[in-house]
Amino acid sequence: MAMNSVIGKPLPMIESRAKVTGLGKYADDLSVPGMLIGRILHSPHAHAVIRSIDTSRAEALPGVKAVATGRDAPHPYGILPIGHDECVFTVDKARYIGDNIAAVAATSAAIAEQALDLIHVDYELLPAFFDPLESMQSAEHWLHPTKPNNIEKEYHHLFGSVDEGFAQAAFVLEQRFFAGEVTHAAMEPHATLAIWEPDGRLTVHSSTQVPYYLHRTLSEVLEMPMSQIRVIKPLIGGGFGGKSEIIPLEVAASVLAKMAKRPVKITYTREEVFLAHRGRPITIVDMKVGLTEEGKISAVAARVVQDGGAYCGYGPVTVLYSGALLGALYDIPNVRYDGFRVLTNKPACGAMRGHGTVNVRFAFESVLDDLARDAGIDPAEVRRRNLLKAPCITVNGLRVTSYGLPECIEKVVERSGWKEKQGKLPYGKGIGIACSHYVSGAANPIIRSNIPHTTVHIKIDRDAGVTVYTGASEIGQGSDTMHVQIVAEILGVRPERIRLIAADTELTPIDLGSYSSRVTFMAGNACLEAARNMRAQILEGVAAKYKLGTAMLDMRDEQVISLDDSRLRLTFDEAVAAALEFRGALVAKGTYAPPEESRGGKHKGAGVGPSPSYSYSAQTVEVSVDTDTGQIRVEKIIAAHDCGRALNPLTVEGQVEGSVYMGLGQALQEEMVWDNGRLMNPSLLEYKIATTLETPEIESIIVESIDPEGPFGAKEAGEGSLAATIPAVANAIYDAVGVRINSLPITPEKILAALREKGKQQRGGKSGSNGGAR
Amino acid sequence: MTKHLIKLKVNGEPYEVAVPPNKLLLDVLREDLGFTGSKRGCDDSSCGCCAVLIDGAPMLACVALASSYQDCEITTVEGLGTLDGLHPVQSGFADGGGSQCGFCTSGFLISTKALLDRNPQPSLDEIREALSSNLCRCTGYMQIYESVKLAIERAAARKAANPAGARS
Repeated sequence: MAMNSVIGKPLPMIESRAKVTGLGKYADDLSVPGMLIGRILHSPHAHAVIRSIDTSRAEALPGVKAVATGRDAPHPYGILPIGHDECVFTVDKARYIGDNIAAVAATSAAIAEQALDLIHVDYELLPAFFDPLESMQSAEHWLHPTKPNNIEKEYHHLFGSVDEGFAQAAFVLEQRFFAGEVTHAAMEPHATLAIWEPDGRLTVHSSTQVPYYLHRTLSEVLEMPMSQIRVIKPLIGGGFGGKSEIIPLEVAASVLAKMAKRPVKITYTREEVFLAHRGRPITIVDMKVGLTEEGKISAVAARVVQDGGAYCGYGPVTVLYSGALLGALYDIPNVRYDGFRVLTNKPACGAMRGHGTVNVRFAFESVLDDLARDAGIDPAEVRRRNLLKAPCITVNGLRVTSYGLPECIEKVVERSGWKEKQGKLPYGKGIGIACSHYVSGAANPIIRSNIPHTTVHIKIDRDAGVTVYTGASEIGQGSDTMHVQIVAEILGVRPERIRLIAADTELTPIDLGSYSSRVTFMAGNACLEAARNMRAQILEGVAAKYKLGTAMLDMRDEQVISLDDSRLRLTFDEAVAAALEFRGALVAKGTYAPPEESRGGKHKGAGVGPSPSYSYSAQTVEVSVDTDTGQIRVEKIIAAHDCGRALNPLTVEGQVEGSVYMGLGQALQEEMVWDNGRLMNPSLLEYKIATTLETPEIESIIVESIDPEGPFGAKEAGEGSLAATIPAVANAIYDAVGVRINSLPITPEKILAALREKGKQQRGGKSGSNGGAR
Repeated sequence: MTKHLIKLKVNGEPYEVAVPPNKLLLDVLREDLGFTGSKRGCDDSSCGCCAVLIDGAPMLACVALASSYQDCEITTVEGLGTLDGLHPVQSGFADGGGSQCGFCTSGFLISTKALLDRNPQPSLDEIREALSSNLCRCTGYMQIYESVKLAIERAAARKAANPAGARS
């Protein structure tokens, strides 16, 4: 390895100077001459036919340059090919409070807002559905006529024989769990600047995790060739999945720009961000697990209902992930999964960090903890007894190539003092453990094709600067820095020599986007291949010029040197000049497509879950519970995450700690509160993401299993730790005060109710508390 | 609404700008003066992304009327340091991992600067307290604390190297 090796070193992110000086530009920071400001009219009704819209008074207002309604962009779209069920402005009826009805572009924000008030919409109210269990029984007034009983999608999977599995079990437990709805709450509200160019092209700067999907969708909705549209991703102020599908303002700004032939910028208010949503759905999980006398999991059966809101979005993928990853963390021979995605008159849910895996993991790890106690087995030990042995294929066809979970468990058990604490702390104090995992990118693309999932180009010309072109999207997770590190490592140059051009559909080769934790594994592998190609080209040029074999040459420390003949020592610039003599300006390419054997089974829905590799996490959480008030204080969280290889420990730790933080928020304090379809807490004041004061010490431990196919052995780091936090908290609460809370968030009210119920039982009352699960 | 000419002093420079009396300082900074480093992350003064220093005290520019601050020294993130000479809080956050997506960063830098100006050696609890009105959705705050500690070390080193002329 070169002396200046940058792989495995804690490297600050390359764009951090732009961020700490305030000079970096996010979408809302951009302005261009002649720019109009756009505003969107939202439905005040949860379910209503739109009889007519009168925009004439708005159009007549001085300063208004365009007014758009559903008629102006009637082409339906959606992130999934099977879910093209939404229009940028709904055409037939409004399906949730906040649904998009019309938009205005004007010379000022004040005029645009005034114009919205002048649009008259004649609504005919319809009965609306807010409860998923009621909605899926509905006989009429369905949200979408093509979706009977308001069921978007259902899947029924059976692997092995669960009946035999449960028959073998010495202990069987079935419980219902409820998880409230949570949302991404990225600090940057969505913003889009759409510029109508003089030559009839469209340039769109947008806060997106998926610039290429936006590119494609704009082409379909605007009925313009993709070659006439350019999507550029500026700095993104956090995504977490909330910017991983097409968000209405992106299309609205583009439609208005095309109508007005002017640049149009739309920035969401925070309330609009909440209504755009696409977060984690209300989930009802009926979880049944069987455990043998020896502590082996013999069968799992889960029935999952997700309240998907008004549109499809990623819904079918979410409900499939819930099943696919349910049985793939441990060695489980028999799995039954019944998953339902239900439509209701609320904002659409979608992908949120830990997509689909989180609420089911909460249920499973909680039940496993109770079963371990029934069997008299230590909760950490029961997890050890059910480990996979990689490499292997799980019962549902997922290929596991590296598996650091055993080491993750060992690390947190040792570091937390588990053996001295579990079951031994004074009443009111407790420690819990739980595990989780996640994909390193989806092995199958959303839109099936044989195009590589990602391509990276590298260019070097006479200036000897290294320009890397990647379609991958930096959203704050370290994508750009990862590329620079890989290229610097392979070419043996300083990171400062590398200039990165990223996520600009006109300049960079296609990449599917920043979702499902795919970037390091997939774009990283493509980047590695491109860098190796470039290295070979430079060395071939040097070898030809100096009559040496390429095998005798190495690139390191900004030099090309001969390994056997110290006389040859070229600076990088000299080596590039030599290579240019033979080839002219150098261009290299790398691509990545997941191997065929990683793409999963053949059953219906088998496309979701397969990944070229999986990350693993184990966590311990220590809590104190005040039995008088129900207040929960989390003292410390230790999270060990198997990321394969930490290309950049600084950013890996940041990702793990951020995941734990977000999981803890869902565990204890975050919940979207609904009243007949109206979001009651659409602000950061009322939707309580944790401040410094509510966030305990989080200690991250990196476990490196060195994946055989990951770039330098690396795999996912940004999502896999989230899901373990929630059940680890629930299990710690059980250890502290002996009540099982089956409902998220775990509030003091639920703790007190469970303690009262437990007190009644102990005094001889009826049994049957399930901690408030609905 | 009728516009009035107001005078502001931002990052040490004088500006004259015609604004309606109800225009918020954050909008004047971002739209009229081009200081887009201060961000709007919420509708209700709950996120801290827009924090600026007014006469050295951290204030939310999203709830401040610009015309009320004509006689004050206003410092935005752009005024903390220069590209050639980052302020220790800037270099601390750049190198310590305290800035992931970066959207909350300017607000955190402003709050940290205000803290270290009044208390150059804060305890962890004092840091947590001082940063409790800034929300970060990325980091879980651990690397923000590391970044603040780095800033403290660098500020102390700078002061030791140049005791007379150290710019806070």
